[in-house]
Amino acid sequence: MSQTQQLDVDMVDPEPIRFLDVDGRYAPTSSASAFADELEGVGLDEFKEWYRAMAFTRAFDTEATHLQRQGQLALWAPSVGQEGCQVGLAHAAEPQDHLFPAYREHTIAHVRGVDFLSVAMLFRGFTHGGWDVTDPTNGNFHLYTLVLGSQSHHASGYALGQVLDAKRREGNTKLDPGEAGTETGEASMVFYGDGTSSQGDTSEAMVFAASYQTPTVFVVQNNQWAISVPVERQSRTPLYRRALGFGIRSVQIDGNDPLAAYAVGRRFLRLAREGKGPGYIEALTYRIGAHTTSDDPTRYRQQAELEAWQQRDPIKRMEAYLRAQGVEDAFFDEVAVAADHEAKRVRDAVLAEPAPDADSMFAHVYSEEHPRIEEQRAWLDHYEASFETAEADGGAK
Amino acid sequence: MTVTTLSERTVLPMATAINEGLRAAMAADDRVLLMGEDIGPLGGVFRVTDKLQADFGSARVLDTPLAESGIIGSAIGLALRGYRPVIEIQFDGFIFPGFNQIVAHLAKITNRHEGAISMPVVIRVPYGGHIGAVEHHQESPEAYFAHTPGLRVVAPSTPNDAYWMIQQAIQSNDPVLFFEPKAKYWMKGEVDPTAPTANLHETRVAREGTDCTIAAYGAMVTMALQAAEVAESEGTSLEVVDLRSISPIHYDPLLESVRKTGRLVVAQEASGNASVGGEIAAYIAEHAFYSLEAPVLRVSGFDVPFPPARLEGYFLPDADRILEAVDRTMHY
Repeated sequence: MSQTQQLDVDMVDPEPIRFLDVDGRYAPTSSASAFADELEGVGLDEFKEWYRAMAFTRAFDTEATHLQRQGQLALWAPSVGQEGCQVGLAHAAEPQDHLFPAYREHTIAHVRGVDFLSVAMLFRGFTHGGWDVTDPTNGNFHLYTLVLGSQSHHASGYALGQVLDAKRREGNTKLDPGEAGTETGEASMVFYGDGTSSQGDTSEAMVFAASYQTPTVFVVQNNQWAISVPVERQSRTPLYRRALGFGIRSVQIDGNDPLAAYAVGRRFLRLAREGKGPGYIEALTYRIGAHTTSDDPTRYRQQAELEAWQQRDPIKRMEAYLRAQGVEDAFFDEVAVAADHEAKRVRDAVLAEPAPDADSMFAHVYSEEHPRIEEQRAWLDHYEASFETAEADGGAK
Repeated sequence: MTVTTLSERTVLPMATAINEGLRAAMAADDRVLLMGEDIGPLGGVFRVTDKLQADFGSARVLDTPLAESGIIGSAIGLALRGYRPVIEIQFDGFIFPGFNQIVAHLAKITNRHEGAISMPVVIRVPYGGHIGAVEHHQESPEAYFAHTPGLRVVAPSTPNDAYWMIQQAIQSNDPVLFFEPKAKYWMKGEVDPTAPTANLHETRVAREGTDCTIAAYGAMVTMALQAAEVAESEGTSLEVVDLRSISPIHYDPLLESVRKTGRLVVAQEASGNASVGGEIAAYIAEHAFYSLEAPVLRVSGFDVPFPPARLEGYFLPDADRILEAVDRTMHY
């Protein structure tokens, strides 16, 4: 939890917005009341779906870690502990919205329709992408970005395109400094972490989003640790305050409460689509697992801290809420079995996927013909074929 | 909106030729947007975008916040949306805040998306010396970009080429770094808007000769042509090859020239170490070794930071430095 010291600034931080307390009781904070109407019409059926998505992701995540340990994935970045804000935000978005992730947004990928297999193939070292963002079944969920913060510009730039398209529909050729926002009917949402919030691109993107009033919602999942460096090294103030300085509406939420993420995400995205400017959400959460499978969190964080956050696990919290609403064992058992099946399906598919052809690395360097690439492609083909000839002649490769 | 584009052969300075090329590209395709610092009412610090905002509106010619990474990163987002952004970087040395967005993303997005996404983004960079300006305003950073797979890099040397090449760059579905020799912005030449004389990446022989080939691009083509004039008066016939494109390089005309003359001098303003000129020298040695009468020589800026303006005359290669290299290769 952020232990940032109080500074002598004229501002009191409201309590992070929360609807479900750590025990899964519906107990909204006073800061949550302004967002409560966003939950109207969202009931048990939806919450059960959210629970299912979180449980599926957890099972996949666990399987992916096993696959890495067995040498089948080059690396894995687990999202354990962060499923709560991800499932709420993913459901807050409308189909027409575009989402720009970092690389730990596995729940969001799943909810938007991306196959876990596609995510795994990136970490298997078979592709730098994994899914076709132009295919509508992938829910406008863009590719993972590994250079931290870069995607914030892609999201605000994309949203600028949404603004320009809306202006064209109105026959408006002006986009002047200081003008009001434009109703677009669609938004962009970008995800990054507390460490990334120090990257200049995240600040620049807020400048652009505010300047052009783009329909962009920035989400920082403050999971307390940037690999081994705590959030206190990144910021002396709660991160959500930074956005206020750019003229962007901003709140802090309990990032392990899916309802808070949904309600705030829904409000901010709607305001963005209505031309009322960008928003910023700091979701306070925790990376229960390692940064990646190459990491060793025991070197830098305390067991007591981990255990305290494990008590705040978003899946347990949702389960407690659902049980209190009368949802019975049969549902949870069914989800557990289905999640295991899904993890096994992905595992089998990962292992069955044929390795990419060497030729494929030349295929899409450019969209249009490029003589140097074609020369080298032909050369490698010839070179590889020479070994086949040598083998046929009795030589060894 | 009625926009008048160039329709007849006209003598124009290069800056105006680029302006006319941009106007034609914007009139032809409404997905083309201009983005940059001070490119609106001011028309850019070199006035290359003069009156374009008045003609097309502030939603097509975007004066952006002052942040190169943001400009380039936003252009990537706009290209994902289907736009064709054309960025003006104010000066060569100011491109580096945007370097990550160019080499880590712009260059790789098509590859990362396995061809499902194209990145038709043009980055215009006024580059090079000879203008007596302060630090970061006279540099030649093209080799960084020529080294990066996924980018195309070109540099026109004449107003007519500038007029056509900017339009061809905008039509390309790949990202193009468009290096404009700012020392030649006010050099005049005839622009023929009826048809292009070459494609974007075509090497062109700018002056025929028989004794030694000079390969150059951008402002150095003028220096090479001056050197050829002087050499002719001294009895040496230089062939000047204008590369126009430095990634990819269309080598066939250069190879043909070297096979004819047997000698090659490559001229560039950039520092020579790990430069485009070095790559050309290696390529020619690999492909025309038995035609060469002498080693390929490079005439480059020194491997020092671009010096204070009072010293730029010592740093920048000129016609005399080219002729000095010609003397060496002729007497090898």
